[in-house]
Amino acid sequence: MISLSRGHTRALPPGGARVLPRNVLVLTGAVLALFAAMLVGILVGPAGLTPGGVLLDIADRLPLVDVDSGLSTRQQAILWNIRMPRVVLGVLVGAMLAIAGAAYQGVFRNPLADPYLLGVSSGAGLGATLAIVVGGAAGFAGVPIAAFAGGLLAVGATYSLGRTVGGSRSEVVIILAGVAVAAFANAIQTFFMQLHDDTLRQVYSWMLGRLSTDGWSDVVVVLPYVVVTVAIIALHRRTLDVMAVGDVEAASLGINPARVRLLLVCVATLGTAAVVSASGLIGFVGIVVPHAVRLLVGPGHRLLLPLSLLVGASFLVLADVLARTVMSPAELPIGVVTAAIGAPFFLVVLRRSRGVR
Amino acid sequence: MKSDVLTTPTTTVSCRQLSAERGGVEVLHGVDLNVTAGSWVSLVGPNGSGKTTLLHVLAGLVPATGHLQVADVAPGRAGRRDMARAVALMPQRPVVPEGVTVRELIHLGRTPHIPRFGSETAHDREVVNRVVERLELEAFAPRLATELSGGELQRVVLARALAQQPRVLLLDEPTSALDIGHQQQVLELVDSMRTEGDLTVIAAMHDLTSAAQYGERLVLLDRGHVVADGAPDDVLTADRIAQVYGARVEILDRPAGRAVLPLRDSTKDC
Repeated sequence: MISLSRGHTRALPPGGARVLPRNVLVLTGAVLALFAAMLVGILVGPAGLTPGGVLLDIADRLPLVDVDSGLSTRQQAILWNIRMPRVVLGVLVGAMLAIAGAAYQGVFRNPLADPYLLGVSSGAGLGATLAIVVGGAAGFAGVPIAAFAGGLLAVGATYSLGRTVGGSRSEVVIILAGVAVAAFANAIQTFFMQLHDDTLRQVYSWMLGRLSTDGWSDVVVVLPYVVVTVAIIALHRRTLDVMAVGDVEAASLGINPARVRLLLVCVATLGTAAVVSASGLIGFVGIVVPHAVRLLVGPGHRLLLPLSLLVGASFLVLADVLARTVMSPAELPIGVVTAAIGAPFFLVVLRRSRGVR
Repeated sequence: MKSDVLTTPTTTVSCRQLSAERGGVEVLHGVDLNVTAGSWVSLVGPNGSGKTTLLHVLAGLVPATGHLQVADVAPGRAGRRDMARAVALMPQRPVVPEGVTVRELIHLGRTPHIPRFGSETAHDREVVNRVVERLELEAFAPRLATELSGGELQRVVLARALAQQPRVLLLDEPTSALDIGHQQQVLELVDSMRTEGDLTVIAAMHDLTSAAQYGERLVLLDRGHVVADGAPDDVLTADRIAQVYGARVEILDRPAGRAVLPLRDSTKDC
């Protein structure tokens, strides 16, 4: 044991006392922003709902509260069966994709890692398509599991390809491998779609990414996966900070990098697969959101993870609002909106990460 | 050496017939090594002689066959956390993550003392504060680790290793990236931590002169074998250096210690 004490027992570092309130402030701001985004998501649409009416109607649903919102039965139905489930699904999908992106970036020590770019989304999409097409649009329970298997297979292929081709860790090579895996998965998916052209339109619209409007069923399917995934990733917040110093040093600090990587990749892939099976391929959320958050608060996962979750949720809800309104009354696939914002952002990240080398 | 029971030095590291492979090739062959608690042993040997592998075996990072005991734990059988509480490794070229402050980097040294899913306690911060003060890093603490010079970074990584509160400190060519002034600074610092804290130091070193100056004992490795083990004056001879390194040197004995001076090929000068 080393005793380094010379009798100096100063109070906490100034950093410890100063940083905490700022963190609380930032997190509170992100929560409020999410509520605002959700309110916008609920209000925007052809059936004119008023903010006051919506808030009162939500309050009315709370236990022990009884107020008259002034909404008609039809408006209430739109609020609770169409708008609300769609916004909540947006929250779950956005939160999941963003936190999965942060986890992949952490365990691969690669700022470019993202469920979409690693091929996870496409692999999950292939799995889900096979479940729908071959299994004859089987019940919802089978689809996330098939998507998970596909996603896991894809990320495994990407990682081993990237390692064998690019040496120990080459940031760009692993993304190239991901692109190749994604293209391959997409090709097989297209093949099966052509074989079964009766489901072509259904699968195609799902592939481009869209938030459904058929009530709460998707939310119910996705919710448990998201809760479990987010909880496990959040438990590893400090371990992810340690992973940043590389495998050798992380191991010498007392963690098992290979085991952490395997666990978190499986978990993040499971969560991604669940949301992909519900919402289709929505790209770039996992790269845009954690990077924007990192620019704001630095790389510490204690703050990065919860903030990515909140900002990702807000981002996707607002992207969905755009998707619904830009060509109203027609709807743009939400994947088009996130890609239009995310692809240029990705190029900026790519430039920065090359600059560092 | 005194025979008094109370002052009998205890052994912190003991290896017998230690072999290890990397990438399917055996790179350590039957290494025997015993290290007394609180001493400084310098590992020397040419590139590829197995110094780094031996350090990684001692840290439990590379599996090995044979008997191995480090600070009462057996690497390979003990959990990583137990290992990291007993043994700290100061890598040759530390990885510096982007956007991380010096204080945050030093805090990572507390990892084996923090429950797997837990957070730092006041005690952890206290230990880090003491290390930061002792190594005079207060002014650097809030700065980004990526902005540090090589010498500053080595001090920070030493601070991180000390924050682990290890009993054995492994150094992998800690000064190879440093100029002579910073080399001296870092080595003196490690040596004073050793004497203050009853720390055992095992250091792989390229510079034979400083290996002899700081090490009470030298262990010379060649292609995975221990070819010499003893006091610096016994290990460092011109013949042996010629044999193992293929280098022509002159040995200078000075009051400050034994120095190894490389010689130029005189035939080429004429």
